[in-house]
Amino acid sequence: MTATTATRMPADWRDFFALTKPGVMRLVIFTGLCGLLAAPGHIHPVIGFTAILCIALGAGGSAVLNQWWESEIDAGMKRTANRPLPAGRMHLVDARDFGIALSVASVALMGVAVGWLAASILAAAIVYYAVIYTMWLKPRTPQNIVIGGGSGAFPPMIGWVAVTGDITAMPLLLFAIIFFWTPPHFWALALFVKSDYAKVGIPMMPVVAGERATRRQILAYSILLVPIAATPWLISGTGTLYGVTALALSLAFLALSLPVAFREAGEGDMMKPEKRLFAYSILYLFALFAALVVDALARQQGWFA
Amino acid sequence: MTPEEEAEYRRRQRARNLVLGGLLLFFVVLFYAITIVRMGD
Repeated sequence: MTATTATRMPADWRDFFALTKPGVMRLVIFTGLCGLLAAPGHIHPVIGFTAILCIALGAGGSAVLNQWWESEIDAGMKRTANRPLPAGRMHLVDARDFGIALSVASVALMGVAVGWLAASILAAAIVYYAVIYTMWLKPRTPQNIVIGGGSGAFPPMIGWVAVTGDITAMPLLLFAIIFFWTPPHFWALALFVKSDYAKVGIPMMPVVAGERATRRQILAYSILLVPIAATPWLISGTGTLYGVTALALSLAFLALSLPVAFREAGEGDMMKPEKRLFAYSILYLFALFAALVVDALARQQGWFA
Repeated sequence: MTPEEEAEYRRRQRARNLVLGGLLLFFVVLFYAITIVRMGD
């Protein structure tokens, strides 16, 4: 079977699904749901479900547009070469239309069913990821991970605003926590996974600025994360349960980033501290947002202040 | 197209139609539920 016959085939629906990056979507749904559950006030379960669905659809739509734009880059890297577009299992135009349809539908449904402020932030998140990050800044600056972290930071803010209908300090702080969490999380991974970003011309920090600079920046963000994660408690946006948990989790994060910051990896290094920091960073985010929700529910039930 | 290709073509088309039909049904139910909830506001 030649390549032309293969592309004339209608794409398998599983490839459309894979294009929405279901793995990333799990974290998006989790943090979005936590923002929704921790927000003060009441939302009808059907409307709450719709809000989370819209966040997931929007994340899926922008992931599709990201892969539509980057299909040539993806083709040049081992990790991504088998994605539906670079592998030739789907037409570029189909992916583009699918991505636009998902994005527009998610914003429209959010606006009609939940509210137009939440819908506007969702639209901003999609444009931020698909246009500002993917098309404009990712190929141009080694700070791309810092900027990309912004797109992952939107879901809890949207979930919160879906309930309250206004933007206060709390949803902005949830945004800030994920924003400052992303660089150390990703750079820890970048240190032990030698990717081929350099080959395709994406300026990733460890390649451009070197390992030493990357390690120092991991430490800088880990230090900033301590006060930022504690601020919701300090401004009385949450109770003590969240405050103590956030402090303990963030200090452990900082403690694990210290060995990463002050060492140099030699030949055949097992990269144990980096792997440990990366694994912990995932646990950190789940535990922090879970604590936020438990804290909010406990106060609503009047168990403690 | 060889018979094998044609069978594969039909299989994919059928699977896509089933998924699309399921999604449409899901959204019909969801929009109905949203309408009922929002009318009570």
